[in-house]
Amino acid sequence: MAPSKEELERRRIVGVELERVSNVTSTDFPGHYPGEDHSWNLDDFKKNSKIDIHKANDLDYEFDLIGVDASVANAFRRILISEVPTLAIETVFVHNNTSIVQDEVLAQRLGLVPLRGDKKGFQQLRWRKKSPDEPAAEATDFNTVVMTLKVACTRNHATPNTETDPSKLYFNSSVYARDIKFAPQGRQSSWFSGAGEIRPVNPDILLAKLRPGQEIDLEIHCVLGIGQDHAKFSPVATASYRLLPSIKIKKPITGEDAEKFVNCFPKGVAEVQKDKKTGENTAVVVNPRKDTVSREVLRHDEFKGKVELGRIRDHFIFSIESTGMYNSDELFLQAVQILKKKCTDFQEKLMES
Amino acid sequence: MAVTESAKSSHHHHSAQDEHLTLMLFQAFAKLLEPIYQGKKLTDPITTAKDKWALLPAFLKVKGLVKQHLDSFNYFCDVELKQIIKANEMVVSEVDPNFFLRYVDIRVGLPERQDSDSDADITPNECRLRDMTYAAPVFVDIQYVRGKAVIARNGVNIGRLPIMLRSNKCVLTNKSEHEMAVLKECPLDPGGYFIINGTEKVILVQEQLSKNRIIVEADTKKQIVQASVTSSTHERKSNTYVLSKKGAIYLRHNSVSEDVPIVLVLKALGIQSDHEILLMVAGTDSVYQDTFSVNFEECSKLGVFTQQQALDYFGARVRTSRKILTTRKSYAHEALEALATIVLAHVPVKNLNFRPKALYIAVMTRRILMAMANPQLVDDRDYVGNKRLELAGQLLSLLFEDLFKRFNGELKMNIDKILKKPNRTEEFDAYNILSGHGHTITQGMNRAISTGNWSLKRFKMERAGVTHVLSRLSYISALGMMTRISSQFEKTRKVSGPRALQPSQFGMLCPSDTPEGEACGLVKNLALMTHITTDDDEEHVIRLAMVLGAEDVLAVSGQELYAPGAYVIFMNGTPFGITRYPARFLTRFRKMRRMGKISEFVSIFINHHQGGVHIATDGGRICRPLIIVENKKSKVTLRHIKSLKAGKMTFEDFLKKGLVEYVDVNEENDAHIAIYEHEISASTTHLEIEPFTILGAVAGLIPFPHHNQSPRNTYQCAMGKQAIGAIAYNQFLRIDTLLYLMVYPQQPMVKTRTIELIKYDKLPAGQNAVVAVMSYSGYDIEDALVLNKSSVDRGFGRCQVLRKYVTTLKKHPNQTMDRIGDRKSDEEGNPIKKHRIIEGDGLAAVGERIEQGESYILKQVPTHTANNPAEGPQNRLGDYKDAAMNYKLTDPAYIDKVMISCSESEQTIIKVLTRQTRRPELGDKFSSRHGQKGVCGIIVQQEDMPFNDFGTCPDIIMNPHGFPSRMTVGKMIELLAGKAGVLSGNLQYGTAFGGSKVQDMSEILISHGFNYSGKDFVTSGITGESLQAYIFFGPIYYQKLKHMVQDKMHSRARGPRAVLTRQPTEGRSRDGGLRLGEMERDCLIAYGASQLLLERLMLSSDVHEIDLCENCGLMGYSSWCTTCESSKFVTRMKIPYAAKLLLQELLSMNVLARIVLEDEFPNKLQ
Repeated sequence: MAPSKEELERRRIVGVELERVSNVTSTDFPGHYPGEDHSWNLDDFKKNSKIDIHKANDLDYEFDLIGVDASVANAFRRILISEVPTLAIETVFVHNNTSIVQDEVLAQRLGLVPLRGDKKGFQQLRWRKKSPDEPAAEATDFNTVVMTLKVACTRNHATPNTETDPSKLYFNSSVYARDIKFAPQGRQSSWFSGAGEIRPVNPDILLAKLRPGQEIDLEIHCVLGIGQDHAKFSPVATASYRLLPSIKIKKPITGEDAEKFVNCFPKGVAEVQKDKKTGENTAVVVNPRKDTVSREVLRHDEFKGKVELGRIRDHFIFSIESTGMYNSDELFLQAVQILKKKCTDFQEKLMES
Repeated sequence: MAVTESAKSSHHHHSAQDEHLTLMLFQAFAKLLEPIYQGKKLTDPITTAKDKWALLPAFLKVKGLVKQHLDSFNYFCDVELKQIIKANEMVVSEVDPNFFLRYVDIRVGLPERQDSDSDADITPNECRLRDMTYAAPVFVDIQYVRGKAVIARNGVNIGRLPIMLRSNKCVLTNKSEHEMAVLKECPLDPGGYFIINGTEKVILVQEQLSKNRIIVEADTKKQIVQASVTSSTHERKSNTYVLSKKGAIYLRHNSVSEDVPIVLVLKALGIQSDHEILLMVAGTDSVYQDTFSVNFEECSKLGVFTQQQALDYFGARVRTSRKILTTRKSYAHEALEALATIVLAHVPVKNLNFRPKALYIAVMTRRILMAMANPQLVDDRDYVGNKRLELAGQLLSLLFEDLFKRFNGELKMNIDKILKKPNRTEEFDAYNILSGHGHTITQGMNRAISTGNWSLKRFKMERAGVTHVLSRLSYISALGMMTRISSQFEKTRKVSGPRALQPSQFGMLCPSDTPEGEACGLVKNLALMTHITTDDDEEHVIRLAMVLGAEDVLAVSGQELYAPGAYVIFMNGTPFGITRYPARFLTRFRKMRRMGKISEFVSIFINHHQGGVHIATDGGRICRPLIIVENKKSKVTLRHIKSLKAGKMTFEDFLKKGLVEYVDVNEENDAHIAIYEHEISASTTHLEIEPFTILGAVAGLIPFPHHNQSPRNTYQCAMGKQAIGAIAYNQFLRIDTLLYLMVYPQQPMVKTRTIELIKYDKLPAGQNAVVAVMSYSGYDIEDALVLNKSSVDRGFGRCQVLRKYVTTLKKHPNQTMDRIGDRKSDEEGNPIKKHRIIEGDGLAAVGERIEQGESYILKQVPTHTANNPAEGPQNRLGDYKDAAMNYKLTDPAYIDKVMISCSESEQTIIKVLTRQTRRPELGDKFSSRHGQKGVCGIIVQQEDMPFNDFGTCPDIIMNPHGFPSRMTVGKMIELLAGKAGVLSGNLQYGTAFGGSKVQDMSEILISHGFNYSGKDFVTSGITGESLQAYIFFGPIYYQKLKHMVQDKMHSRARGPRAVLTRQPTEGRSRDGGLRLGEMERDCLIAYGASQLLLERLMLSSDVHEIDLCENCGLMGYSSWCTTCESSKFVTRMKIPYAAKLLLQELLSMNVLARIVLEDEFPNKLQ
């Protein structure tokens, strides 16, 4: 027995009410209903699922993921945050550090500097350490990238006495990420050459400040790791999604109320239009995608019963902000790869038993 | 001081120098004034109502946060020292009547170093690092007899006086921020403390009942009404009571052996006529006369009618403490002397004119009559107006006078010793003796301040715990300590009166900042705008009062004194005049004060119940500035505020122009104060500068405290002092015993005016955490917090612990010295494991990681240190044994600094500073600024954290159960204001009784597309589905508290035992056992778990096997009973070693305890 149209609509929407979110579903089989056949079907999936790309910058990527369950979208999000491997500074050998930033603090700051380099080169790299319990393998050009940071501050005698700006009075009064220099080992010079050299994504990250006589001299070892181990290995600033808002006007909102209704939403969500039949000013929802779900309309009595807010359950507006080692779109593909690998691994394990 | 000077001169004429100074000052405080504007420019409209609070920073600019201490110390150095010298100016010899030594003047020099290695000025930081005392020499100018001539010598050093930091004798006075940096000092450090042997010591403000004032109390049960006075002069301190017993009134004093009828006392004081006595005491009031008349009978029964008789009677009862050698005086003589100098010592008797003293006693008696007639006319001991605060200066002055007297005594003794010699080889020069006696004063001062024991011979005063080590846990804890007031009341007494919040505390003492527990309500803190007065000259004020129409009180009879409408005028509690127009007198007097004719700290008020006008000039009164209101108009107008903001006027100008005045507690009680300008009515006399100034510096950190339940604010006041943050700008240049620092402290998103004023935003202690108020995982019960692991990875809550290890290389009596040894190496020439981090100089290398057991100072001490060579051949000189210092903690640290220096006593000191950097872990304690503390219950991966539509994850998840019972609405508003601030890109204000309005905050949220209530649509990070509730989500300032698991966690299976009892040691530091206490024991007994009990209390503790003789019940050994000389009855059994010890100790006291064994189940076999 096929469900009614209203029932289908009800299933599609997560209700946004004044003080609660209704119908979020958390059943053992999301999307399954008694007496109906919801078994997985590739054709249905192909028909129903879709990806619309809305923004595609290197570091900022936004797309709509439609027709999948929350668990799938969430799996991508979680993998992006914590399981896509990246290169980050792991070990710092301090030869000399006379700055006011203590060794441990400096090392932690360095660790959080995102790195980039030839993406093909990264494919050559292997794990240095597979799990936290395991001892690290010997450092080789396959698993360790060496960099150096050697900065000493000196006085600039050319400046006049009246100068007070430290950046002019001294050379190297500030140590920036750009001062970290790649020291290729073995075959690394061929993997990461020229523009593909390993370097901080943002050269302007301030690492420490120095004054004449102070010096920082470090050898830095970078390894591959995942976000689960430490946030510095996370390839994304964040990856997240939100559900597409839906705003349904049940009864026409006209006149001054229409104006007020429009103002309850961010710009571009709703508009006042002349009704074709009555000629009255009527509020019309134009682009619910822009709504931030502030529920402001629900506060006002004039709209009681006239508007129903909700969110589409299987329409995820996904956004990925890369930290720069990979482009955001590549990251999503990697996440898909990792999920796929996990599934096949699991399948294999199932087969074994 | 320079601020005042510049203010004075700039007011009259503008010389170029003044202009320069003003400009400099303006620049220095421009930053302070900046936030006031909140985006407003000088040209923007200003309303007095809103901006009158600008007076507050102006006040603090002049006064500073610890100005009470500094003022008091400066007063001591500049005024009190001179008075002490004046009072003790002559040293004469008992041997040579021609000899004298007179002190002419005294000065305190600038702090200087005692070791003359360097010419550089000594700095406080050098003293801290090198364990020296920050002190300055005290110079006196003297005149004395040498031979036959009188010789003057100027600038004779008589000792060293510890100098209060930032006082006018300190090298830091009037230094710019840059100069402070050169001296390695923090410009934000409040000063007000001393450095004695390298430790920072604070003399806490002491609260006392006011001296020289009449306090009337009634004991309704015993039917006693008594008026008491604590007289305090430079020479002595004594209590005098006038009390009514069974209707009759007596005088009681320590030096009089029994209570003396009051009429008799008055007769002794020269008021012989009964009628005059009656009028002086009761006036013409028939009720008082009737009550008093019994006392005449009392006196006539004793047969005393004349002054001579009275003196004889009195003199017979005076306790003389005179030496037996001196000839005994007549009773009358003794009575006169006692009445003149001992009883009510603070009322001066000049030329044997006893009238003032008689009047004083009459006033006391009248107060008793009044209290007998109307029981409500008693005084309240807890009333803040009856309290005086004793500051560092006063305490030091007491101490200095005592030491100076001792110094002079010793000087005199030594001079006499030399003068006694009949023929001296050289001419006697007292200077030589004087200059060699500096130790008395120097060491006396140092010892008192460093131990906190104030023992004064003169007053038989023995006070302990006057000084405390300045707490450098955080900037706030140091600041909080400077404003602390400790009470003289015993902490153990269970009285509620002194602990209760007094209405008269308003604006003077912080209502929130007091500790919990035993000291609750006894330790108080000053409010933000308080000032504590120093002594002022009385004479000048009395003369002015006379000019204003007061009549001399000594010239009027009792009848006039208490005539209707006549008011007695008191100067510091002593009657000196009367007026028939008290109100007019009062207004005129105030006018003179506002004109600056007398000190602004002189207070005057009318007590209509007692018919008295009270003028106070004494030190220790708490007062605060208020805006004067005249004719329903605030005297401070827009124009004044404008010129204040433009830097053309200072707070001093406001005082001088009579726009603002200081009002002490008694005068405040007499005033009608409007809080806001629109509340001014016809009777209003003053206008509050800002209501939030009723809170102190520490309570001022709390945003929206007026929305919180009051105990929560009190809790926060205690916790704010434990928060880890930045300590001072020079924090990395300091070597403290224990220092906690936060790696990335942030200024709070929601600030308060107080935060800006005390510059907490420059030295913050906490971070703005994004908080989601929701339940998560079950690891958040009982206030536990859920932390985001990625936040922790990125540096949230990260802190450093710096620990000092210090040693001195001592010189021994036999000329040997401790030394630093060399590191040991193994066969291959590598240093042994223990000396891994030691460098060639025998000290740990800076930057190295040190682990448990490793050495950091390879100190060696001589095997032979005593100074007697006849010790034996085995102790050869030149032998050394290792006394290396080893790192004892289980958690490794890094060597941060190694300092080698020498102390004042020329001993080498080595300080090693270790550093640990800690990330938050399970069990670390955090708290918001609303008394809501909690430990970290779980650290969760970021991907498991809930996130909102923007992908924001919380740093902290807090359980909502923390709210209903605590009622910390302020915290919710902080979140709202913080969120609005983040969205609009500015800082919001949560100032008490003001701050950002919730409505405005909601509007900002709405305009940025958020829900007005601060609740976000949140998705679960675990399921990926939306949460069913909207989550209250936003930034709240969180503090990390110093209690960290790493310092507390402890367990033990086996370990060390105490020598005597063989029971496990106690405490974590000794790897001790975990005690199964009485209550736990009771549980086991109640449950009947006897075997468990046995195991816990004996087997796992101090089990001991003994050989017991069943025959004699005594212990033997090796299966042999020495008493019975047999092994026949000896059995072995286990008892606690402590029990065995007890038996043996009893034995040593001739108490024999026998152990008799019995079969537990004798009938079992049958």
